[in-house]
Amino acid sequence: MSVTTGLAASDCADHGHRNAAPRGSDAGTAAVAALTLETSRLSRAVAGKILLNDVSVLIPPGEITAVVGPSGAGKSTFLRLLNRLDEPTGGSVLLNGQDYRAVPPRTLRRRLGMVMQMAYLFPGTVAANIGFGPKQRDETMAAGQIAALLERVGLPGYQDRDVRTLSGGEAQRVSFARTLANAPEGLLLDEPTSALDEASVRGIEELLLGIVAEHRITCVIVTHNRPQAARIASRTMVLEAGRLVASGPTSEVLHAD
Amino acid sequence: MPIDLLGHLGRGVAVGLAQAGGAIILCLAVIALCRRFAVRVEREAVISLARGLVQMVGVGVVLALLLHGGLLVGALILLGMMFAAAVTAARRARNIQGALLVCFWSIAASSGVVIAAMIAMGTLETRIAMLVPVGSMIIANAMNACAQAAERFRADVASHVGQVEAGLALGADPAVTVAPYVQSAVYASLLPRLDMLKSLGLVWIPGVMAGMMVSGASPIYAGIYQFILVVMILTASGIAGLAVTLLLRTRAFSPAAQLILRGGEASAARQAAQGA
Repeated sequence: MSVTTGLAASDCADHGHRNAAPRGSDAGTAAVAALTLETSRLSRAVAGKILLNDVSVLIPPGEITAVVGPSGAGKSTFLRLLNRLDEPTGGSVLLNGQDYRAVPPRTLRRRLGMVMQMAYLFPGTVAANIGFGPKQRDETMAAGQIAALLERVGLPGYQDRDVRTLSGGEAQRVSFARTLANAPEGLLLDEPTSALDEASVRGIEELLLGIVAEHRITCVIVTHNRPQAARIASRTMVLEAGRLVASGPTSEVLHAD
Repeated sequence: MPIDLLGHLGRGVAVGLAQAGGAIILCLAVIALCRRFAVRVEREAVISLARGLVQMVGVGVVLALLLHGGLLVGALILLGMMFAAAVTAARRARNIQGALLVCFWSIAASSGVVIAAMIAMGTLETRIAMLVPVGSMIIANAMNACAQAAERFRADVASHVGQVEAGLALGADPAVTVAPYVQSAVYASLLPRLDMLKSLGLVWIPGVMAGMMVSGASPIYAGIYQFILVVMILTASGIAGLAVTLLLRTRAFSPAAQLILRGGEASAARQAAQGA
């Protein structure tokens, strides 16, 4: 392992503790009540620059909500605030009615899984990457659970592959599986297909639709691609210059544009 | 004390200054040669030469004045050196709030422990004439280790923001997400000192050993003493590198486990916004 290239997934695997039960695997738990997300006057300003301004929105449970808007509109800021990777300078986020500041950040991030624009896999094997999240809670995923999860994301038999050998689309699927291994109640996706070819984009979309339908995961996806929002999201919110300018059923919001 | 100083001034200072003048002329000749190859360092070199001479004469005057001072005086001089070292090292971590204090504690803890251990072992006398020069060597190396570790940690974290945040987003403890960069920073700070230990006696005979032999000490004892000194320098560097990295690690994240060490103005703005 190179110490300069980032986290080593192999550091985090295979020490027997409790078994993890990923929601997205065949060995996963039964669906639990879906998570309701709500933002209340959510705002963020950095060095006097307003990135997000007074955004109040209800994100319904078990559906896909798309966040669209031009570059610099505050889409990624909105998503990072939902995951509390950044701190709001005003307002807050409610998880099933509870202010998310009352939830320990590590617990919050496990409950609200995030898939980033780049896969950012840790050096090591695919299996070690998938086991990373549960490992943080002293849980170990059984080999069968990892295999089932990989099969679900369309990568059967990839457990022992070195992540350096994966294509962009495969890496993003592993990133998906790694997030699902935490059994999240919500999924936050920050332009997860922007760096992929068209075939990979459609594959990821089908995967997302399948997982949300199967497990009633509340999902927020940031995309600059309006046709993609139309294909997969039941609701869409439009941000412009940090402000929420429209929100509602995707067919109405995108049609009104 | 003024009489002591006059006594020291009388002993070869003029000769020393003349010899320094010779060294400066040789150095200036090399700088002139560099200029012929369009390497323009003359301004920086002249300033550095002037500063170096003034600083070293100044230190000599201070030591001459305080030569008979007690342990307390020596300790205060070393404390001042530690603070100056912290100011220099903190420049490598200027995007991090409280970097000066972090560097000061790291340098003070590492050199303090090592100097105290040397005094306890009898390898360092508390006379100012010995305590200050040897202590300054320990402090200078702790400063270098501190600066190297701080710079490496800052640069590694800033260039791996995506991976660190991917780890955070999966519910990892912040310490886990930067563990590889802690390792590399401490290793980078130790490497020059490890190389120094390996090459001891083969590639270079350090100044302390040479000085001891010039003043009549047994070459074997001088060699052993120099070895002890380099080991202590390595020890101080290890403590300084580890301490500064671990202290910076805590400041790389906000209380809500958000990465705030990103480099540049963005980092400072983010720190302010997150109330870190």
